[in-house]
Amino acid sequence: MTMAALSSPHGRQGQTTGRIMLEVILACVPGLAALTWFFGWGTLINIVWLALLALGLEAAVVKLRGRDIRFFLSDNSALVTAILLGLALPPTSPWWLGLTGIAFAIVIAKHLYGGLGYNPFNPAMVAYVVLLLSFPVEMTTWVLPRGATDQLPGFVTSLLMIFPFADPAPAVDAFTGATALDQFKLQRGGMLVSEFRQQNSLFGRWSGLGWEWVNLAFLGGGLYLLYRRIISWHIPLAILGSLLLLSALFYDGGSSASHGSPLLHLLGGATMLGAFFIATDPVTAATTVRGKLIYGVLIGVLIYMIRSKGNYPDGVAFAVLLGNFAAPLIDYLSRPRTFGHPE
Amino acid sequence: MKASPAVDVRHGQMPGGITPEENKAQSLRTPIRQAPVPPQLLIPVTQPAWMEPELLVEPGQAVLKGQLIARSRQPGGIAVHASSSGIITKIGQHGVPNVSGLPETCVHLDTDGRDQWLDHKGNMDFASLQPADLLHLIAASGISGLGGAGFPAHVKLLHTPGAIHTLIINACECEPFISADEALMRERAGDIMAGIGILLQILRPRHCLIGIEDNKPQALAALAAVLDDERIEICRVPGRYPSGAERQLIALLTGEEIATGILPVERGILCQNVGTAHAIKRAICHGEPLISRVTTITGAALSDPGNFEIRIGTPIHNLLNLCGLNRQALSRLIMGGPLMGTELAGDELPLIKTSNCIIATTEAELPCPPPAQPCIRCGLCADVCPVRLLPQQLYWFARSREHHRATAHNLFDCIECGACAWVCPSSIPLVQYYRAAKGEIRAEQDLHARAEQARQRYESHQQRQAEEQARQEQRRRERAALAGGKARSGDAAQNKIQAALERVKARKTARPNEDKQ
Repeated sequence: MTMAALSSPHGRQGQTTGRIMLEVILACVPGLAALTWFFGWGTLINIVWLALLALGLEAAVVKLRGRDIRFFLSDNSALVTAILLGLALPPTSPWWLGLTGIAFAIVIAKHLYGGLGYNPFNPAMVAYVVLLLSFPVEMTTWVLPRGATDQLPGFVTSLLMIFPFADPAPAVDAFTGATALDQFKLQRGGMLVSEFRQQNSLFGRWSGLGWEWVNLAFLGGGLYLLYRRIISWHIPLAILGSLLLLSALFYDGGSSASHGSPLLHLLGGATMLGAFFIATDPVTAATTVRGKLIYGVLIGVLIYMIRSKGNYPDGVAFAVLLGNFAAPLIDYLSRPRTFGHPE
Repeated sequence: MKASPAVDVRHGQMPGGITPEENKAQSLRTPIRQAPVPPQLLIPVTQPAWMEPELLVEPGQAVLKGQLIARSRQPGGIAVHASSSGIITKIGQHGVPNVSGLPETCVHLDTDGRDQWLDHKGNMDFASLQPADLLHLIAASGISGLGGAGFPAHVKLLHTPGAIHTLIINACECEPFISADEALMRERAGDIMAGIGILLQILRPRHCLIGIEDNKPQALAALAAVLDDERIEICRVPGRYPSGAERQLIALLTGEEIATGILPVERGILCQNVGTAHAIKRAICHGEPLISRVTTITGAALSDPGNFEIRIGTPIHNLLNLCGLNRQALSRLIMGGPLMGTELAGDELPLIKTSNCIIATTEAELPCPPPAQPCIRCGLCADVCPVRLLPQQLYWFARSREHHRATAHNLFDCIECGACAWVCPSSIPLVQYYRAAKGEIRAEQDLHARAEQARQRYESHQQRQAEEQARQEQRRRERAALAGGKARSGDAAQNKIQAALERVKARKTARPNEDKQ
């Protein structure tokens, strides 16, 4: 009797890359639900649109590269990219915005660098930044959240806003505008924080109206990922910790020079999405334990710097990309001490 | 007798580690059984690297159980004994369970079924023996480490008194499926403890720590019940693979991390396996050489798995049939555990001294790995690495053949425990990459060493040539100087020649017939 000989180990634990990606998708559901509740059906429609495009593009590129399409689609990574980009785009962004973004993400940011595992930058964030720089108006026009308007777009309206082929197109200006972080940054004009919040209908209890709940929902999804050991606590904690510290240091009691309360920052904009879902993308993040902490702090500091000193109301995408740049160096400099070796 | 309770390990810790399903219960349902004498034994006479076996028997010769049939030509080898009585039919190359798959010289012994012992006797009073005598007896009994590496026990134990301060007895048996040591501890704790006593007699360390995983309470209780030496302490370590790896266990028990490249004995620590302690006791107290061992025969392809006392050289198919092999279900045969074991090329191979477990597995139990997906750098591998390496970085370096970077990331500290590949969600055969990279780097270093040697030889050749030339030049100059000197002292020389010629002429005239004779 002769048998095939394989090299040890001869077994493995059951986790697969495809399932890890599915868990990430599952963990996005609360955030997606919150976004849909506060901003209408647009995000969900966008995600379906982007997912279809992502799978098609992934299949096309994989075929061009002469690989097995089914095998490479089974890792579900293109779906994750589509969903993360869909969550980041304004809910009523037109179809071509999503198309441009996801094409850039899948074809250029992912496959031109070698495909899954080889891309140095988070594809969804590359696409987001490309869109933000190229189409600033579309990218900063958000639906007013439930509570700030009584005209929340319904399913059909959202669909028609994304695919504006109906005649006549619905009037959109009535219920879109800038986000709370945007307004806080650009339109405060020397007011006290409390004063501004009273005047502005876009603020809720702790942060942007609706946004605070969206962030709490993403926090919940992130805790699920931690519980399932899909991600480790190091990166989110470092990001949130450094953001909390800086915003508390420079809150300045809510004076006219204040850069906003810690809660405004922690529960505003894309903080939780970025901390738990974007920055933790293992391919582009630092991988050593110390490295993850450094990487997280770097991103947290950059988010705060961009929000308070930069030109953009939110800085998660830029911060993550800058973190991606630094990740290989951070990894190199933060190698753990090998067993038995001196420090 | 003092039943000292086991202490939990407080000292050190092991980085990483995994807790795979144990799969030990199926082979622990029954006590250790005696495997019958097979019709034919295939006894390998394999010696440690670079040593040659010297055969002491020839085909046609009758041998008795326990008779020495081969030894090493060099000192420090392993004595090989007949595991049963019978007739030697053939001595030739045969496959053995090793990693390389290369055949080794084996003695084919047709057993006569009488299983007749050679006269032997032991000495229960080992305390009266000197360490040197004990070592001699251990060497003559052919005892090699039964934990895995199979290093000759008498070589490992040869130390100046006091050089070893801590003797560690490895009772961890951390790999899934394997339960041979556990069964041995449950049933023969007294023998093991006596073996440890002999080791203490030889090494005279200050203390002895028995490291046992916390998932073997019965074995621990059995050991604790026979513990009667102040120097011995039973230490419970967390049941986490690879706590039984030598250096990891040392770190757990003493807190001391010993890097690859340093032998634990250089730090005064020596490890022995419980199975080896048991074999040493049999050898010293009963005069029985190592001709059998307890091995786990398990796996889902067997209807009746268990632990067996098996004669060395028993063909594996005999053992599988004994355990009710379902040949249709059998997918792979593994010697050792699923994490570090060797896959066997066939079931006609013999059981050897280091075979602690044979797993006859099915596709459902240990499925073949699916094709590898891309590495997503999830870092699970780094979390479980017991050496604190960065496996995914090493994988990139190995893949892109960046050998200097792999070496700088301490590739050679990898113990190939397989924890990284076990948890890899992309099913990447990481250990295989590391083995290949290590092999390539060693080949490269070998090439460099040979190139360096060639360069040195060429340079010294050139230097010799230059020196030779210089010497010739020197001689030429001396001759020239001499010639110049002659020219100046020409008259004196001429006179000398003239005088010599005259002396010859005078001799010839004095004895005119001499030349003609």
